[in-house]
This record gives sequence, C-alpha cells and structure tokens, in this order.
Amino acid sequence: MSSETRPETHSATLHLLYFARLREDLGCAEETFVLNPSLQTVQALREALIARGAAWAKALDGARAVRVAVNQTMARADTPIKAGDEVAFFPPVTGG
Amino acid sequence: MSAGAVQTPTHSQVRVQQADFDVAAEIAAMRAGKPGIGAVASFIGICRDMNEGDSVSTMTLEHYPGMTEKSLQQIVDQAMARWRILDARVVHRVGTLQPTDQIVLVVVAGAHRGDAFAACEFIMDYLKTEAPFWKKEQTPQGERWVDARHTDDAAAARWERAPDA
Repeated sequence: MSSETRPETHSATLHLLYFARLREDLGCAEETFVLNPSLQTVQALREALIARGAAWAKALDGARAVRVAVNQTMARADTPIKAGDEVAFFPPVTGG
Repeated sequence: MSAGAVQTPTHSQVRVQQADFDVAAEIAAMRAGKPGIGAVASFIGICRDMNEGDSVSTMTLEHYPGMTEKSLQQIVDQAMARWRILDARVVHRVGTLQPTDQIVLVVVAGAHRGDAFAACEFIMDYLKTEAPFWKKEQTPQGERWVDARHTDDAAAARWERAPDA
C-alpha cells in the first residue's frame, strides 16, 4: 500500500470561521485548518495563526480585542481544542 | 424574504431573520392560551440616524448562524430559570436596515410586572454582550464597524452582583 497516494481525508482538521472586522481584515470567512497535534488550546491555535504574519499577526496579536468560540460556545485562551472542532474568531459583539 | 416583509410569529422563543416583525402580533402569539399572564414587558431596539456624531444612512447586521440562536436561547433559558415569568421571546433582525427600522424585540410575560421588567432588561443586557451579532454603519465618511461599548459590559455585569429578584 502506498502511503504517498493515500488521500488526506483522515487528517486531523479544525473548521475555522472569522466574522465581521476580522473576516474583512483577513480576507477569509472560513478555512479547513490541518491540526498539528501540538496545538491543544485556543491560545496555541491563535499563536499558530499569528505566525502566518502580515494581516494575521495584525488582526490577532491582541491590539484589538478578539473573542473566540469553540463549537459555538464562548471560549478562553486555555480552552482545549481537538480535531473536528469548529473554532470561530470575532470582535466583541455589537448586536441589539 | 425581502427586508420590507413582516414575518408572522412562530412558536419559537428565539428567531433571527431579515424580515421586520410585528410587535402586537408577537405579543398576541405569546399570550395565546396563557390566561395566567398578568404583565407583559417589552423592549424594541431601533436603528437611529446618528451615531458617534455622524449621520448613519444604513446599517448592516452580521451574525454567526447557529451560535446566535443557541446563545439567545441560553439567555432566555437563564431568564426563565431566574425570574418568575411565564414566557419570553427574542426576535433579532440581520441584513441591511435603515434608520427608524426595528432591530430587536424582547418580550417577557409573567403574572406580575416586577419579574417581567427585570427579566426583559436582563435578556437585553446579555444579548448586547453575548449574542454574536456585529453592526456595520454606512456614513457619509464611509462604512465602519461599530465598536463594543464598556457601558454594555457594565450593564451585563451588574446582574452577576445583584441578588436574585
């Protein structure tokens, strides 16, 4: 069996979503993120995204407040993440 | 559905929609079959033509489908558990709105006014700080995202300190 031709459908991934100002600044509404097993918390994921540099670093480095939800529940920096999770990044909410 | 249409009430306690809502119809739907209701408190949020000193021509509301409904339902559930109320509903619009358009409706029904007033204010304060909606304003100077207000955080936080009503 050739491991090189095996499709990567079993890769551990996250579904990332970006909303409002973040979506615009990043030019990205959603993406499938291949999860490195060393990334186990929201903070680690955020640092991995910041490491992309440019717009990512500027949008996520904390100069502006960023909220994070894991599986549609508000999360904190130390909230654990695992393969298959939906993780959303967005500014503080302004509805009502 | 066009933004000009008015959506008919449903049995759901929480709705997110582009269409406008009919306050009287929503209250009537909530009261139907509940003769124990003696008080109804409501709040309506409305799109203004000014914000931060600039005129606002239109406002666009974005949300996080799925999480929004879940968040609003959790807020309603908290209110139902904390106060002696009989029912509550929230209708929040998304999409592009004009000044004078209705944005959000919160209606709470109870036997007496005290708990209905308190629960209505609680739901609105938590909605402002927890439900994933974002407003963008179109002004003569261009468009801009509305920033969250510290006063909204303070309004929500006081419910944590206050003893149960």
